[in-house]
Amino acid sequence: MAAHDTNKVDAVTGISTTGHEWDGIQELNTPLPRWWLWLFYICIVWGIGYVIAYPAWPLVSSYTRGVLGYASRDQIETDMASLKVQRGEMVAKMESASLVEIEKDPKMLEVARALGKAAFGTNCGPCHGQGAQGGPSYPNLNDDQWIWGGSLDQIYQTIQYGIRNENPDSRQGPMPAFGKDGIIPKADIPAVAAYVVTLSGRKPEGKVDLAKGQKLFAENCAACHGDAGKGNPEVGAPNLTSNIWLYGGDEKTIIETITNGRGGVMPGWAGRLEPATVKALAVYVHTLGGGQ
Amino acid sequence: MAQQASINKTLTIGEGGTVIAFIALAVFSIIVAAKAWTPEYAFHAYLFAAASVATVFAIFNRYFARDAAPVPQEIDGKPNYNMGPIKFATIASVFWGIAGFTVGLIIALQLAYPALNFDLPWTNFGRLRPLHTSAVIFAFGGNVLLATSFYVVQRTCHARLAGDIAPWFVVLGYNFFIVIAGTGYLLGITQSKEYAEPEWYADLWLTVVWVAYLLVFLVTLWKRKEPHIYVANWFYLAFIVTIALLHLGNNATIPVSIYSSKSYIVWSGVQDAMVQWWYGHNAVGFFLTAGFLAIMYYFIPKRADRPVYSYRLSIVHFWALIFIYIWAGPHHLHYTALPDWAQTLGMVFSIILWMPSWGGMINGLMTLQGAWDKLRTDPVLRMMVVSVAFYGMSTFEGPLMSIKAVNSLSHYTDWTIGHVHSGALGWVAYVSFGAIYCLVPWLWNRSRLYSLRLVNWHFWLSTLGIVLYISAMWVSGILQGLMWRAYTKLGFLEYSFIETSEAMHPFYVIRALGGALFVIGSLIMAYNIWMTIRSPYAAGEAKRPQLVPAE
Repeated sequence: MAAHDTNKVDAVTGISTTGHEWDGIQELNTPLPRWWLWLFYICIVWGIGYVIAYPAWPLVSSYTRGVLGYASRDQIETDMASLKVQRGEMVAKMESASLVEIEKDPKMLEVARALGKAAFGTNCGPCHGQGAQGGPSYPNLNDDQWIWGGSLDQIYQTIQYGIRNENPDSRQGPMPAFGKDGIIPKADIPAVAAYVVTLSGRKPEGKVDLAKGQKLFAENCAACHGDAGKGNPEVGAPNLTSNIWLYGGDEKTIIETITNGRGGVMPGWAGRLEPATVKALAVYVHTLGGGQ
Repeated sequence: MAQQASINKTLTIGEGGTVIAFIALAVFSIIVAAKAWTPEYAFHAYLFAAASVATVFAIFNRYFARDAAPVPQEIDGKPNYNMGPIKFATIASVFWGIAGFTVGLIIALQLAYPALNFDLPWTNFGRLRPLHTSAVIFAFGGNVLLATSFYVVQRTCHARLAGDIAPWFVVLGYNFFIVIAGTGYLLGITQSKEYAEPEWYADLWLTVVWVAYLLVFLVTLWKRKEPHIYVANWFYLAFIVTIALLHLGNNATIPVSIYSSKSYIVWSGVQDAMVQWWYGHNAVGFFLTAGFLAIMYYFIPKRADRPVYSYRLSIVHFWALIFIYIWAGPHHLHYTALPDWAQTLGMVFSIILWMPSWGGMINGLMTLQGAWDKLRTDPVLRMMVVSVAFYGMSTFEGPLMSIKAVNSLSHYTDWTIGHVHSGALGWVAYVSFGAIYCLVPWLWNRSRLYSLRLVNWHFWLSTLGIVLYISAMWVSGILQGLMWRAYTKLGFLEYSFIETSEAMHPFYVIRALGGALFVIGSLIMAYNIWMTIRSPYAAGEAKRPQLVPAE
């Protein structure tokens, strides 16, 4: 290792090297760039100031609180409070107002629909679609066919407690598996399905004994779906004459439905969402277009 | 020859010990495989058994082929460098790089077109994503670090790599860990800790390999013929030691049974989250930064043929970097259950880290003083210099994003993904490509690369790919953050989550396009390297003109 005063000077920069060499690599003795050093100092000074101002150092059973008294829990509470102010008194008013009153008051209705839309997008949209358009197994909420009823109170009831869940207040009673459980002989199910097809004014495929289908329908299905197949919202039996189908209206799907039964579920939202939000959802869904 | 013949050939202690250890491991693995609770775990146990048997055969084959005398440390007064394991790791890095980039492209396409998940467990995004991250960070990056560290430590210490079997054990053992980790992800074996997904048995194996790595590196430093330790080796050593600590801390798990792949971490709740991000952030700091700065400190001055800009800066920024980086992890947990004081410290140390990070950038860029013209003619050097520029950009963006106010917008959005990739593609991959382009002709004793024109193509295609990738993620990340926090005038959320996902679609397509260009670039590199190794231009031959102007 060469002594420092005899170190080589780099011709390009005029700066001496440190005198060491590794596999041909040398190092210049350039001092630290001033701007770099100053920025480094500034960052450190800023950091010292910041840890004085904010909660920073752990102590034995607590921590330094910082002179500004900041706490992120306080911040979220402030934020939530200011949001409440922005939403105004309408939300609080909705808690005590009846659903009909909410719909009749244009200002309250505007807030309810805004709150309902936001809550719907997050909580309902994943199944019913962002536009409430529904999909296979998930009903469309824009039309006027309602499985469990389309009045404000019926919709509210459904949203509050849900459908076929562990809550005893939820809508109960699935459609039985007529074929699987041997209630209707499997060989006769195509006849029932063909009869169901005719209810919506369509012609069944192939040759089947429609009279037998009608008889079996009257014996097994009419109790819930009605003699004319118009459905019954009290038990969640859909109208079979409207040609609107939750699971599909082709004969194959109807056979599958009769064979295995159906029992779509929906969670209850009372207790999960704030009372005003559940009400707002009922009003929002009711005013989508198909409310009765 | 006569002298050698007079020495009786015997198994060395290393050879004998390794054989015994691997026979024991093979027997043990077969017992575990027979009693394993799941077929996936049995498969891994059989892989351990097969690899152990193969190792025993390899050691005997090597024994019968070698001379009786030990490998000389020096030949004619020059160090007899050990290049075999380095060649293997170099090829492995190219292979894993292409695999990792391709899986990245697949998952980018899955995000744009979810049907590409194919409804199969093995091809599901949730399993492919850790496959991608581990393949690029640990398989590609890890092999580049193994290859370059073993090369640089020998050349700058002027000494042969320590150990006879140990360097091979490190390189092959590490790649076996990669195979176990990667196949485990596909089969659904994971401990669900980001960047530390492999389960307890893979972690134990890696621990053994890593200790061997540390010993090989330290003993090589110990027997160096140079009075001082070169700066690149400080960074390599910091990387090896710190990764060992991080690995042990974040993988402190208790297996359910020796016959089960499942284990439970000893940390719980927010402590677990903190340990995870202490690990996660320092994996970035010490694996992807310190290790690759070591690469920069050797390959840039070597390729530019210029002295390192500032010795003093290298000392100051090295110590500042390693002392400050280790504190910055909590910035991954802003506005969570993590106590406020820890969040403050994470943010403050991230900001103070800005200049220590930039010290490396300054030393990398300013080393080109007097050699800037080479950027026009040498695409390999250009790639490494651009990598340092990306390093500078990412290490400015990182502290910026650690500020709580900025983080409240950027966290959980694609901005983070963009930030990671400007560092990963721009910095880590580019400096690695540069090092690989330098290493291959040196290792295989070729006078030059097969084609600098192809390097140019690689450079421009992948640069375009990176720009598309990170700008798409900036736009989509900020858009996403703004949509999440948008309120209507009545005080209700403007967008549902699904609407924000829908808005990301065009940017996901652009990102996938950028990724595709990056993959194509890496394939061009693989072809170029293959042709270089196959080419007949031995280093001794007359040099052909190799400089082409930049396009």
